[in-house]
Amino acid sequence: MSKPLLSVRDLNVRFHGERNASALNGVSFDLAEGEVLGLLGESGSGKSVTLRTLLKLHPPARTSMSGQIRVGDTDVMALQGRALEQYRGGMVSMVFQDPGLAFDPLYTVGEQIVETIRAHERIDADTARARALELMERVQIPQARRRLDAYPFEMSGGMRQRAMIALALACRPRLLLADEPTTALDATVQIQVLLLLRELQRELGMSVIFVTHDIGAAVEVSDRLAVMYGGRIVEEGSVADVVQRPAHPYTAGLLASTVVDVPRDQALPAIPGAPPDLAALPPGCAFAPRCAHASAQCREQVPALQAMAGDERHRAACWHALLQPAHA
Amino acid sequence: MFAYIIKRLLYAVPIALAVTLVAFLLVHIAPGDALNAIAPADAPAETIAALKAAYGLDRPLPVQYGLWLGRALQGDLGASIATGRSVTSEVMAAVGNTLSLAGVAAIIGVLAGCVLGGIAGYRHGGWVDRIATFISVIGVSVPHYWLGLVLTIVFSITLGWLPAMGAGPEGGWFLDGAHLPYIVLPALTMAVVPMGILTRTVRAVVVDILAQDFVQALRAKGLGNRRIFRHVAKNAAPTVLAVAGLQLGYLMGGSILIETVFAWPGTGFLLNTAIFQRDLPLLQGTLLVLCLFFVLLNLLVDIAQPFIDPRMRRT
Ligand SMILES: Nc1ncnc2c1ncn2[C@@H]1O[C@H](COP(=O)(O)OP(=O)(O)OP(=O)(O)O)[C@@H](O)[C@H]1O
Ligand SMILES: [Mg+2]
Repeated sequence: MSKPLLSVRDLNVRFHGERNASALNGVSFDLAEGEVLGLLGESGSGKSVTLRTLLKLHPPARTSMSGQIRVGDTDVMALQGRALEQYRGGMVSMVFQDPGLAFDPLYTVGEQIVETIRAHERIDADTARARALELMERVQIPQARRRLDAYPFEMSGGMRQRAMIALALACRPRLLLADEPTTALDATVQIQVLLLLRELQRELGMSVIFVTHDIGAAVEVSDRLAVMYGGRIVEEGSVADVVQRPAHPYTAGLLASTVVDVPRDQALPAIPGAPPDLAALPPGCAFAPRCAHASAQCREQVPALQAMAGDERHRAACWHALLQPAHA
Repeated sequence: MFAYIIKRLLYAVPIALAVTLVAFLLVHIAPGDALNAIAPADAPAETIAALKAAYGLDRPLPVQYGLWLGRALQGDLGASIATGRSVTSEVMAAVGNTLSLAGVAAIIGVLAGCVLGGIAGYRHGGWVDRIATFISVIGVSVPHYWLGLVLTIVFSITLGWLPAMGAGPEGGWFLDGAHLPYIVLPALTMAVVPMGILTRTVRAVVVDILAQDFVQALRAKGLGNRRIFRHVAKNAAPTVLAVAGLQLGYLMGGSILIETVFAWPGTGFLLNTAIFQRDLPLLQGTLLVLCLFFVLLNLLVDIAQPFIDPRMRRT
């Protein structure tokens, strides 16, 4: 593999406050140029925190971060001030879960796209507006010219999410972070927005990290999948590897649960027990208390991600992986 | 939007009418007889009756109200019983002075409140926040006539820097060098309550806005703090405007104590005089004008809202 676009090494994020939480505990992964990574995991596993960390969006006073994030040649952890602002929305941008809440209600959609463009490039308002119109057409918003002057509340949810995507693409980012971009939408609209995202990704050759609870959707749009648990990546690999030959018992349970399509935030039938308390993670594997295969070793030592036999890029963090590890 | 403004204007009409009725009735319900002020207590019954007829007090209340309202609509609020001068001109002179005082006080209070509340909201939970909250509690709870007296003692009696009484030469207040020192102490005293209330309001609104998703989205798209602040300010504006308008309204009417302490020739002072002299037309006229100001302020605030918040243009 050539040099990845995004490279994350040993990322740790801790929140302080009334409740301390170790939200990320040594997350490492790579993302190649033009690749789509689907991020899966139960509620609270750290998917959104991962995305927000990539943009350094956490409140600095209440967060301690360590590790390394590189996008292209940029050392993201070292970015500050103006350079950080240029990076956000310029090189990496984000589509939020609920487009109804992600726009400022008091400005038109067009104004907000123009504002983004002009925050990154020295161009006049008319040129920026023309580009905003182009973007609105590109995300297939009908009557784009008129919608440019619409306020967010005047648009339907699906339309708003398209506009959000247009905004995120405004400065041709190389990496798009999409945090459950379709969860807040109606089922029919979900599929349309999903297809649009995939189409745009291919056209523009962007890399995408796509967070979702919908494994079907993840399989549909992703090249690779990563599964998170307790602020760690417990398994990653190509879509086919992870879905057909899960190596981590948690992944297997997660896949089994989706067959019956459990609603969000409910206990997974195939995995008894509750997600771990991030304020007090066990010393070993965070999944051990819920795992049928757990041994004494699991409860004492955190397993590292290791490659599975026959495929260097299919990796799992488990002492008792369901597949044969490469270097057992 | 246009329809909204028309509708809001039409709503104001019955409110204004109700206000006139209250201003009229309040004075009639109050104990004591208006004639006590002019007729000696032992005046013969015929004199009383003649006086009553002269002031129209012998007619039934609804008729009195109708006549009074009809004249008020033409700008005639009758003549002061005590001085015989036109109530309209007395009230208008006083309204001018009060408006100056309340305006300056409101500007000071609202500006200070926005700055303090804004900083507290941004630094929510920190020590700056605690200090701002403390100041706002003090501002709201300190009795302002007491504060007025303290300021007078310190700045005019002890230090001799500022005048303690009146609005300056010619009795009325204007914006010029000779009059400016006169407004400082009363305006500062008066600004304290709106400052406290605005601090609290702005702080709460800013904390609420900063917690909303769109602020994070603004940061995520690469905006700097200054641009984000503009979004926060605009989102806070409708609430702040509404509260500030209300405060200005209160200052217009609620300044009796301060105007009395500083002998400021405004409506509060006038009301005070009218009450003690049982000057019925003067009392009615002053009340009426003050209440109408309140209605007008609310109207202006309501009309301004949809210019800021597009969601309100649809209703
Ligand atoms: N700013 C914050 N301060 C404190 N704790 C936080 C903060 N942001 C997230 N957390 C905590 O971090 C943990 C991971 O949250 P995260 O939002 O990443 O979960 P998620 O995987 O995205 O879940 P979901 O599927 O529900 O979106 C949660 O326990 C959450 O409470
Ligand atoms: Mg999330």
